[in-house]
Amino acid sequence: MAKVYDAGVKDYRDTYWMPDYTPLETDILACFKVTPQEGVPREEIAAAVAAESSTGTWTTVWTDLLTDLDHYKGRAYAIEDVPGDDTCFYAFVAYPIDLFEEGSVVNVMTSLVGNVFGFKALRALRLEDIRFPIAYVMTCNGPPQGIQMERDILNKYGRPLLGCTIKPKLGLSAKNYGRACYEGLRGGLDFTKDDENINSQPFMRWRARFDFVQEAIVKAEAETGERKGHYLNVTAPTADEMMKRAEYAKEIGSPIIMHDYITGGWSANTQLAQWCQDNGMLLHIHRAMHAVLDRNPHHGIHFRVLTKILRLSGGDHLHSGTVVGKLEGDREATLGWIDIMRDSFIKEDRSRGIFFDQDWGSMPGVIPVASGGIHVWHMPALVNIFGDDSCLQFGGGTLGHPWGNAAGAAANRVAVEACVEARNSGRELEKEGKDILTSAAKHSPELAIAMETWKEIKFEFDTVDKIDAAHK
Amino acid sequence: MQDYQSSLGNAESRKFETFSYLPTLTAEQMRVQIQYIVDKGWNPSVEHTEPQHAAGSYWYMWKLPMFGETDVDAILQEIENCHAAHPDNHVRLLGLDNFAQCAGTSMVIYRGQTV
Repeated sequence: MAKVYDAGVKDYRDTYWMPDYTPLETDILACFKVTPQEGVPREEIAAAVAAESSTGTWTTVWTDLLTDLDHYKGRAYAIEDVPGDDTCFYAFVAYPIDLFEEGSVVNVMTSLVGNVFGFKALRALRLEDIRFPIAYVMTCNGPPQGIQMERDILNKYGRPLLGCTIKPKLGLSAKNYGRACYEGLRGGLDFTKDDENINSQPFMRWRARFDFVQEAIVKAEAETGERKGHYLNVTAPTADEMMKRAEYAKEIGSPIIMHDYITGGWSANTQLAQWCQDNGMLLHIHRAMHAVLDRNPHHGIHFRVLTKILRLSGGDHLHSGTVVGKLEGDREATLGWIDIMRDSFIKEDRSRGIFFDQDWGSMPGVIPVASGGIHVWHMPALVNIFGDDSCLQFGGGTLGHPWGNAAGAAANRVAVEACVEARNSGRELEKEGKDILTSAAKHSPELAIAMETWKEIKFEFDTVDKIDAAHK
Repeated sequence: MQDYQSSLGNAESRKFETFSYLPTLTAEQMRVQIQYIVDKGWNPSVEHTEPQHAAGSYWYMWKLPMFGETDVDAILQEIENCHAAHPDNHVRLLGLDNFAQCAGTSMVIYRGQTV
């Protein structure tokens, strides 16, 4: 029987709380951590989140009756306690796939983290995880090349890739900057990297930087016989300008470019990733601004969601945190999101903060990049945590070597190869790390000095955002 | 302070990817690395090239990849056979991962006269 229009305000739970609903294989599922205002029932709040992130508004409107809202609405289908935290609860919401434009993480996120995050009935709201159904995944372009293609393009097998962010991050001229790249590459790095702040400032315009850096790559390749690259940052004020810089990077023969996907925006990122796939370029992704969104345990967007967004939007590398360096990152949670970057199927695993099975089908993987306050002493742990399909990036840990970048690069290269050799021999890297590095240093004065220089540096602060667990 | 010894003019500066920054692996260390390839379930494959053509993706295959071969001695023997037939060439061993459709590892075992 047809519905009758009845103006006024209804409880959200009458329409959007459906505890008996079984999610469809094609639904987009979301898990929110909800901190409600005092006195509002959980079901009502969960339903409000489902409504405000899908079809609902605060009052009934007559145009609701021109469509089949029961088809389009988001459904809050489950509520769970948060282990060890009584101030909040998990709400699970299922969204029908028809709500979203194909291949648009922009559209999905505009709904899921849109107005609802400012909703007054909530004290705080955090998007913990999203399950993208394979039907939606297949509408997205994904990483331009993927892990295997990158290895084949660069001829790097059986070990982590090695990189270095050039410092000081601001203020170098193009020629001096190219010198710093050249020294790192000839010493044994696979990549050097523009800092995220480097775009096209008056002290170093982008085109001059691209030219000098490419000269550095060409010479370092001839000298070492190995393939090299530099992440040329094409992040720009407009998407047109970004594309212009990307085209020039390709024209001069650079194998890889770089983009900041959160500050640059997901539309621009998706456009750039598709262009990279069409043009045989690798794409390195930096994540400036992520901690604004993901660090507060009660409010924002968890990094595992931002990881999924990037894999769908497209990128071949993504910064993941290091666990051991200077930046925030819980070990189990980090292991969870590096699986999300690389694997084709990830099982639900609450001990790693993963709330849903995620099937990526044939979508290529993304290489996690460990960067930020790491040096040779961290190498055994990094190789153990990240494995071969990773990029280990030492900025100060290369450039701060007392003999310069080439020696710093060589120290890191010797250390990573020694760790891989030891791991393949069945040795336990984190337990025997000191022995492994010490014996490698006997054949490498560069490594010996690096170990001496950084032996006292540790970054032992507690993690702010931990996995939700009862022992907290 | 030490100078970093590397130049276009010195062929010793050329590197060979994984393990080329370590001292040459001993015979026993090499056996362990081959065992690792076998334990991973990868297919051993021997390739060689003239040193002046080392930069390309394709080196010459020495016979077909050794699909299903798990005997370290048999693999070592093929590396030796390839080296004996092409003593001036670089010889490398790959572990081909057919699931990833990509080499799981690759290491140069004999170096010819580097250019």
